[in-house]
Amino acid sequence: MDFNRKHLLGLEGFTREEISYILDTSESFKEVLSRQIPKVPTLRGKTIVNLFFEDSTRTRISFELAEKRLSADTVNFSASTSSVKKGETLRDTARNIEAMKIDMVVMRHAAAGAPLYLTQCVDAAIINAGDGQHEHPTQGLLDLMTLRTKFGSLDGVKVAIVGDISHSRVARSNIYGLQALGAEVGLCAPPTFLPYQAEQWNVEIFHNLDEALEWADALNVLRIQLERQEKGLFSTLREYHNLFGVTRERLERTGKDITILHPGPINRGVEIESELADSECSLILDQVTNGVAVRMAVLYLFSGLQKQAELKEKSK
Amino acid sequence: MSTEEKLTELVDAAGLKRTITRLAHEIIERNRGVENLVLLGVRSRGLPLAERINANILKIEGQSLPLGALDVTMYRDDVYQMIKQPQVQTTEIKFNIDGKTVVVVDDVLYTGRTVRAALDEIIDFGRPTAIQLAVLVDRGHRELPIRADYVGKSIPTALVEKVRVRVREVDDIDGVFLIKPGKEN
Amino acid sequence: MQRENKLLFKNGTVVDPERKDPQQGDVLVEDGKITSIGNIDADGFDGLVVDVTDKIVCPGLIDMHVHLREPGREDEETVETGAAAAMAGGFTSVCPMPNTDPCADSSEVIHYLKNRAKDLLVDVYPIAAVTKGRAGEQLTEMGDLVKTGAVAFSDDGDPVATAEVMRRAMEYSLMFDVPIIEHCEDKSLAKKGVMNESAVSTRLGLPGIPGLSEDIIVSRDILIAEFTGAKLHIAHISTARSVALVREAKKRGVRVTCEVMPHHFVLNDETISAYAPDYKMNPPLRTQADVEAMLEGLKDGTIDVIATDHAPHSVEEKEVEFLYAPFGIVGLETALGLVLKYLVEPGVLTLSQAIAKMTREPANILNLDRGTLKKAATASLTIFDSRATWEVDKARLKSKSKNTPFHGWEMQGSVFGLYNKGMWWLADREDG
Repeated sequence: MDFNRKHLLGLEGFTREEISYILDTSESFKEVLSRQIPKVPTLRGKTIVNLFFEDSTRTRISFELAEKRLSADTVNFSASTSSVKKGETLRDTARNIEAMKIDMVVMRHAAAGAPLYLTQCVDAAIINAGDGQHEHPTQGLLDLMTLRTKFGSLDGVKVAIVGDISHSRVARSNIYGLQALGAEVGLCAPPTFLPYQAEQWNVEIFHNLDEALEWADALNVLRIQLERQEKGLFSTLREYHNLFGVTRERLERTGKDITILHPGPINRGVEIESELADSECSLILDQVTNGVAVRMAVLYLFSGLQKQAELKEKSK
Repeated sequence: MSTEEKLTELVDAAGLKRTITRLAHEIIERNRGVENLVLLGVRSRGLPLAERINANILKIEGQSLPLGALDVTMYRDDVYQMIKQPQVQTTEIKFNIDGKTVVVVDDVLYTGRTVRAALDEIIDFGRPTAIQLAVLVDRGHRELPIRADYVGKSIPTALVEKVRVRVREVDDIDGVFLIKPGKEN
Repeated sequence: MQRENKLLFKNGTVVDPERKDPQQGDVLVEDGKITSIGNIDADGFDGLVVDVTDKIVCPGLIDMHVHLREPGREDEETVETGAAAAMAGGFTSVCPMPNTDPCADSSEVIHYLKNRAKDLLVDVYPIAAVTKGRAGEQLTEMGDLVKTGAVAFSDDGDPVATAEVMRRAMEYSLMFDVPIIEHCEDKSLAKKGVMNESAVSTRLGLPGIPGLSEDIIVSRDILIAEFTGAKLHIAHISTARSVALVREAKKRGVRVTCEVMPHHFVLNDETISAYAPDYKMNPPLRTQADVEAMLEGLKDGTIDVIATDHAPHSVEEKEVEFLYAPFGIVGLETALGLVLKYLVEPGVLTLSQAIAKMTREPANILNLDRGTLKKAATASLTIFDSRATWEVDKARLKSKSKNTPFHGWEMQGSVFGLYNKGMWWLADREDG
């Protein structure tokens, strides 16, 4: 298929074909990870900068590993948003990147839309590694890959996302990706954790976990950010766990096998029971492996499009 | 293909079948049996050819060889020279190649660059005793010091021509075709 | 620009907010006063005759809500550059808000501003702070401030912090009969929001400012105005509900007025999809339903005034992530064009109604001797060609700052000239 997007900013607007193509490519890269020498020369000579304005050990490591497995040269740039706010602007950072002749930028930023802004400043391909509460497309893709492996096809599969939807970029990328692949999406959360007019997404909305479990084939359990408690969005962890904590007992009551995903890191005993997170229903470790494969595929697919667009221009 | 009318059949289905049978025999003969041999078909059309060679080997020797699929896209040196990003497919080698004699099967040997990529990829999987190359067609014009151990047909060609191997599994037809450039080119 | 005491504007289309329809005729100005309107013979006239054929002649436009950034942020705007922008936009009077540094909470700052503007064509009528440092605690010296030239009070940028302080401020303001202008935003609801809370903010993952935060303060202040009998003016109204609240309050006889900014009747929150900071302002762009409520409110007279909330910001400040960019856009130079194109052209308002909302109405609210073409009134005139079109080019804005979402837009109506404070200015014709 003709895959001709220049940047990966979010999954909103991606077609079933595009997502399937990325996932198929991810499967091929997943094979590389199982080799004795899990490394291919595909991105030799390409320079990728990991621009992390927000701490994220997992995502950064996953990207870095993916880059190294592809033989790219990588540069890490970490800066807490506050220090950047005081000093260099994103535009200045972008100009520096431009001057360093970098091919791709993997960007994590606390401000929604920052990766889009960067595309307006530099020629490099931009991969969004999470922007504010907007999107986290590679996390969405790895969740899709994990579910696709489990269910074969996602058509008609019911996936409930449980937790703080409102502040979750993972939720947004999941919603767009799942729906593109034909899955049905449910959101299960207290009303204070649902964004304004969430129904615009054509999703099922649950305020009762047991009803969501009754409905769902798979759960994507989001991490509860403990600081939200202070902001009055929920009262106590105990209350949250009582109402929305996923436990083996509650799963067993449904009499169904429900698959569980979690983007990590887990608050054991809060949004999910510790034992359950380690059980056979949980695909959490598959998600981690798939994360590297998906990121390799994304890096490969978005690595040459800029150049290829130029070649296309020239050949005309 | 806009130049369809310039397509000439060089080898027909029956010829293709005979060539594959001969390649199987040569592989067995050269290696004095099939002990320690493994086959790797290069995607896309090398793979069905390797499968057919393997079927012949089974008929002749009563046993088939471990067979894997190689996709060399990740090892290509021209990914960024192409207008369209080539599609990556999966390499599947579900056996150990250490100490084995690996026979790489591909459809056409031309510049040698695909074989170079295949060699690099194989080495990443282990340390075979030897690597041999079987191709259905050798059309010349090598750009690298690479030669085939088993050649189905040597077909001298002009640079502007193209050689296309067609196999049922992929193309619904068996045969080898020569494409000459149309006048409009 | 030249000083002229005697002018005859010949053959114009005179739009007097007091009259329903424009009239063809001449306007005679003598000793800085309007002395006659009608068919005036130019023969033997010894002053300056200006041919204004096919041009609109109306009272000088008043923008009762601008930020001139002086004192404190002269890198973004000064009284002088702000006045130049006002002139380019057809305004002869502007009312700068007090959120400067130092804050306009003392007669010294008011005096300073008046002094800075004294030689300019544009009248500057400062609005002083309601509370010291706009901190929401101690009332300013309103008596002294009014005497020095403050025409209203506002803590704009922030609401008057508590109902108690607002009550005291309104009660106190009764002595001077000046309005309290309120920036209606419940900060506890708005929090760190950067755009309207809507389906769009949910999609973009940007924290929202709910319309509720505006409506709550509008309700609160209407009740306090009703209770005290003081004059309340709602700044930059932006939600359908707030317009409805003002409409009901007016029916009950509450002394409340309100203003809307052109961007709130032209743009909706869908425009933020590209995260461009030039669409970030407070109150934020709301939904299309709100935009329609603005048009309705303008039409039925609930919305009295059109102002701009001209808010210059430097490129350095504005060219950052949407989340971190400051609120505000410049508006002086695009207001008239947007009013003509989006209100007058489609028939939401007649030309005369639209002009009234930029002249007579703000003058009445602020007790200004402006906004009228009455005989013997101080001559303050805006003359423009309502049919001419031009394209907005950031680089050519007179304002020191260039933060406008209307770059590249075609505007209707170009300013021909202004007369104010005895000065006649013919607009640059470089735009053709």
